[in-house]
Amino acid sequence: MTVFLLRRLLQASGVVLAMTLLVFLGVYAVGDPVEILISPEADQLERERAIKALGLDLPLWRQYLVFLGNALQGDLGRSFVFNEPALRLIFDRMPATLELALGATFLALLIGLPLGLFAGLRPNALRSRIIMAGSILGFSLPTFWVGLMLIMVFAVQCGWLPSTGRGETVTILGMRWSFLTWDGLAHMAMPMLSLSLSRIGLVIRLTRSGVRENMVMDYVKFARAKGLSPNRIVFVHVFRNILIPVVTVMGLELGGTIAFSVVTESVFAWPGMGKLIIDSINVLDRPVIVAYLMMIVMLFITINLLVDLSYSVLDPRVRLESRE
Amino acid sequence: MSISNAPVKVETPFRRFVAGFCESKVALAGLAVCTLIILAAIFAPWIAPQNPYDLAQLDIMDGRMEPGTVGGGGFTYLLGTDDQGRDMFSGILYGLRISLLVGAGSALLAGLVGATLGLLAAYVGGRTDSLIMRLVDLQLSFPAILAALMILAALGKGVLNVVIALVIVEWAYYARTVRGSALVESKREYIEAARGLSLPTRRILFNHLLPNCLPPLIVVGTIQVARAIALEATLSFLGLGVPITEPSLGLLIANGYEYMLSGKYWISFYPGIALLLTIVSINLVGDQVRDVLNPRLQK
Repeated sequence: MTVFLLRRLLQASGVVLAMTLLVFLGVYAVGDPVEILISPEADQLERERAIKALGLDLPLWRQYLVFLGNALQGDLGRSFVFNEPALRLIFDRMPATLELALGATFLALLIGLPLGLFAGLRPNALRSRIIMAGSILGFSLPTFWVGLMLIMVFAVQCGWLPSTGRGETVTILGMRWSFLTWDGLAHMAMPMLSLSLSRIGLVIRLTRSGVRENMVMDYVKFARAKGLSPNRIVFVHVFRNILIPVVTVMGLELGGTIAFSVVTESVFAWPGMGKLIIDSINVLDRPVIVAYLMMIVMLFITINLLVDLSYSVLDPRVRLESRE
Repeated sequence: MSISNAPVKVETPFRRFVAGFCESKVALAGLAVCTLIILAAIFAPWIAPQNPYDLAQLDIMDGRMEPGTVGGGGFTYLLGTDDQGRDMFSGILYGLRISLLVGAGSALLAGLVGATLGLLAAYVGGRTDSLIMRLVDLQLSFPAILAALMILAALGKGVLNVVIALVIVEWAYYARTVRGSALVESKREYIEAARGLSLPTRRILFNHLLPNCLPPLIVVGTIQVARAIALEATLSFLGLGVPITEPSLGLLIANGYEYMLSGKYWISFYPGIALLLTIVSINLVGDQVRDVLNPRLQK
């Protein structure tokens, strides 16, 4: 187990290193920072001084090493636009994105599980077919367009929900959260729903196939023979077995949900990390772009590592394989 | 005694596939809608009442008209007009061309790249295999939208750049799929025989191995076309995709964003419906193709 863990950690740090190189080269290939950073009125001498101060006169590999050294100390540069450390800027926006992504995941489970259960228990009923058709729709609907339509119906025509911003927030542990106030929740409702649509489709499909696989298993037959009520069989025994894959997949998808919130946040002007990265790309704020990407890479590697570890704890076959 | 002289239909894999596909009415409807959309995109210059990019044909006085209004040009704006007096119906037809072109083009190119790498990985094995598969893992562990966003931030706007970005984020799906089936196929006798004849590797890969890996490749391809179209629309909506001179459906929707708040819904609404129909119909077709080609579900 320790060997497995060590090897995975080593692999993960290798990937992080590779990604820093990719991100660095990719982002630093965009445009010329001198044009943006140094005012056009500056004379030749000032320009050269500024270039030296920023370390832009060094060859690219030296620049990369400087960047790597700073990154190891938690310094990913200062934003050109906000003149604040890029990392702090991102941490400031993170709670907004996290609550949106977690809220969307929660909503997807809340809506998807019952629908999937129903569709799995009565696969041929008309209502089940409608649910399954709906799940294809959930996959296919373009998130941003759904967002626009929600704004049109609920904000413009009905005037029930606000269309932009986070609303009232409560500060806990030094971070601002919207989901604890009614106003914040009202602001969250539409972004959350539009972000969760494709996830709802996913949960429905996973649950349905889980139910259909589990209902023919021996333990269900045994429970029936024992005279347990159908409700107890479905909601206690089968449900528990379905929940494992569904929760695993949703955990894996959390990274994707956070990444995809870039789109939702842009539609609803939700002040999270995603909106920040789009704005930064548009004004070529390199340190923020790099910092955001590094954060996401770390997040994904952590998620993948956790999933691998939990698999090897839960499933002995994986452990055996890694020993060979 | 009468002898029917109708030709006896020989069961070929293709005929079996067609018969299996026709079993689902929903999939047939999807195929019909899909065909209609493709035809509409191809013949857009002949169907559209207006060339939306010929500024001489636009009348700024007709800007932001509701669907069904008769404009200064004498014809009815079926789906309304945008802020510059452009007929939305024509705009959508022309936008479809770009969306479909980018989607199909990138899926095809990604398929080519991915299939080649997947075949190589499975056939050569060893170092090559693990190197390619590590790349695939790395690619798949990172969300497509972010990778595409970054590539476009580096390359800049443009139809070709969007295609490049989509190929880079999509090839891994094909590579993984093809490698999986090629691993199984390359152990079969016919590959052994081809090797025994000392045919060149290229010929074994593309003439013998690839045709037998086609079914899963087609399934992935169909679904990836839909994904590519959706991704392109999203990127264009965010302002990083196609340039304003060649607006796809995503860009049309983005253009209507600011008018949405004043209740002028049609500028964003109808392009979205067109996008939705395209994606749903391709997904329905893809779903059925997958069910028919899946050996586990075959009777």
